[in-house]
Amino acid sequence: MFCKKQKNMTQDTLFKLATGTAAFLIPLIMGGILGALVFNALPAIRAFGLKFLITNEWNPATGKFGAAASLFGTVLSSLIAMLMAVPASLFIAAFLSEFAPRWLKKPVRYGIETLAAIPSIIYGMWGLFVVAPFMSQHVQPFLTRYFGFIPLFKGPPMGIGMLNAGFILALMVLPFITSAMYEVFVMTPRETREAAYGAGATAWEVLSRVTLPQSLPGVVGALFLGFGRAIGETMAVTFVIGNTHQISSSLFSAGTTIASTLANEFTEASEGIYLGALFELGIILLFVNLIVIVIGQQWLKKLKQRGF
Amino acid sequence: MRIRNTRARRTINNLIKLISLVSAVAGIAVLFWILADVFVKGAGAINWQFFTEPPPPPGAGTGGLGNAIIGTLLMIIFATLTSVPAGVFAGVYLVEVNPHSKLSEWIRFLTNTMMGIPSIVTGLFVYAVLVKPMGTFSGYAGGVALALIMFPVITRTTEDVLKLVPDSVRESALALGAKRWKATFSVVFRTASSGLITGSLLAVARVSGETAPLLFTALNSPYWPESLAQPTANLTVTIFNFAMSPYPEWQKLAWGASLLITTGVLLVILLVRTALSRGGNK
Repeated sequence: MFCKKQKNMTQDTLFKLATGTAAFLIPLIMGGILGALVFNALPAIRAFGLKFLITNEWNPATGKFGAAASLFGTVLSSLIAMLMAVPASLFIAAFLSEFAPRWLKKPVRYGIETLAAIPSIIYGMWGLFVVAPFMSQHVQPFLTRYFGFIPLFKGPPMGIGMLNAGFILALMVLPFITSAMYEVFVMTPRETREAAYGAGATAWEVLSRVTLPQSLPGVVGALFLGFGRAIGETMAVTFVIGNTHQISSSLFSAGTTIASTLANEFTEASEGIYLGALFELGIILLFVNLIVIVIGQQWLKKLKQRGF
Repeated sequence: MRIRNTRARRTINNLIKLISLVSAVAGIAVLFWILADVFVKGAGAINWQFFTEPPPPPGAGTGGLGNAIIGTLLMIIFATLTSVPAGVFAGVYLVEVNPHSKLSEWIRFLTNTMMGIPSIVTGLFVYAVLVKPMGTFSGYAGGVALALIMFPVITRTTEDVLKLVPDSVRESALALGAKRWKATFSVVFRTASSGLITGSLLAVARVSGETAPLLFTALNSPYWPESLAQPTANLTVTIFNFAMSPYPEWQKLAWGASLLITTGVLLVILLVRTALSRGGNK
């Protein structure tokens, strides 16, 4: 009897130990990632200090590196993406929650969700071979002709560059923002919405005066998640951004992002300082990304707990 | 902005309706535009050779991506075999073993955070801890990178699925004298199995299109993979290299590989969706 009990104990202890080890792998890996990146970036951190963040020079030949162009490109391409994706997502989410006839909801939702399933590299191929020619032949000449007085739209229409990268990124974050917005729209209490309808409001009035104000915090959370995704996106951007370390006022000119610099240059880098600079870029990317995503997640979690 | 005029209100309403309809249609249209391009441009590359031969040398002759298909499959299998048990165990810990502690709360938070790590950073990490010490790019490193991406996803899925199992199921198993592990694996898992399988399938679909984490772990190779201890050919990095090359034959192969991956990913998702809707789950 005693013996059997002992056996039960050991079996369950083993069970706890095995699952506990697996669970503890997660903090271990997260710590490992941080440690490994910092350790490998040390040569660059020592050499450039904080100036790394604001120096624009990126020259493997002279061993001088600065992250400014990559940071600029990361933020700008993601901002363009958000500018395009947010209004579109808002309208699609509104369509799904308020306007669409019942039979159309599911197919449209599935279609938009499928956009999220297409691998990043496919977006890259498509952006390079399909969007870039279309942009250089139609979109960019049009923009230059009518809005050319704005520096944003000056320059030769090459097809690839910031604008293309922003557009492709917009497509990639659109499904995430849309479904996050849809979820918060649907969370608005049915009674309030129906009360507004009952008072004679149109669908747009219900949306703009009841649903949107009530779900605004959730929408903001959705924006954070979308932005975080855009910042870390690699392959699609690498295909279409042109990969040049420059800061330009024109959206038509080539640029680079942290992720695309890593994708392009990492296997070519041989000396310690070059590799170190790339690892340091990785740290910056990780931090910016984590901050944005953690804020978004905690924000949404709090909202859900409040059960709004 | 108070508009009293009913007609104006109705016009605005219709206008907004129209814009939202157009946005939705545009979103779906882009999806089909991408898919159509991938199918049209990729279909020409798919033939017997595509599956059975390695790629041709630059700018000359014809060939296929047989080696990359095998390499990708091997790495995905490796990643699945390592990350699914680890992820499931971690999920079990968070729901069955230690659900309410501060530690679990913290691990849950880190799991969500880990899911948000850009995949290229995962690649950097694996380069630092595997490729550099071993002195060579390898298929194992690629597999580990993919596994690291799947791990938090599987953990999270397991947690979500197990949480749906009613406590009465657990309690009745325990009341019958089952040990905790037995109650978990043979009773709770039976209820949760379809969710676990679909979750794992979705994670596999997600990593099968990943490129960034393989760039400096598995690298790529023009040869058949003989072991995962060397640089290993794979579809996604091949797409990247070949699409950017000036050779039409290579570009064609890149489209073929795109078609193959897209079809694979979409098929898995379709499978999961039909399975879910048949299960009455949404």
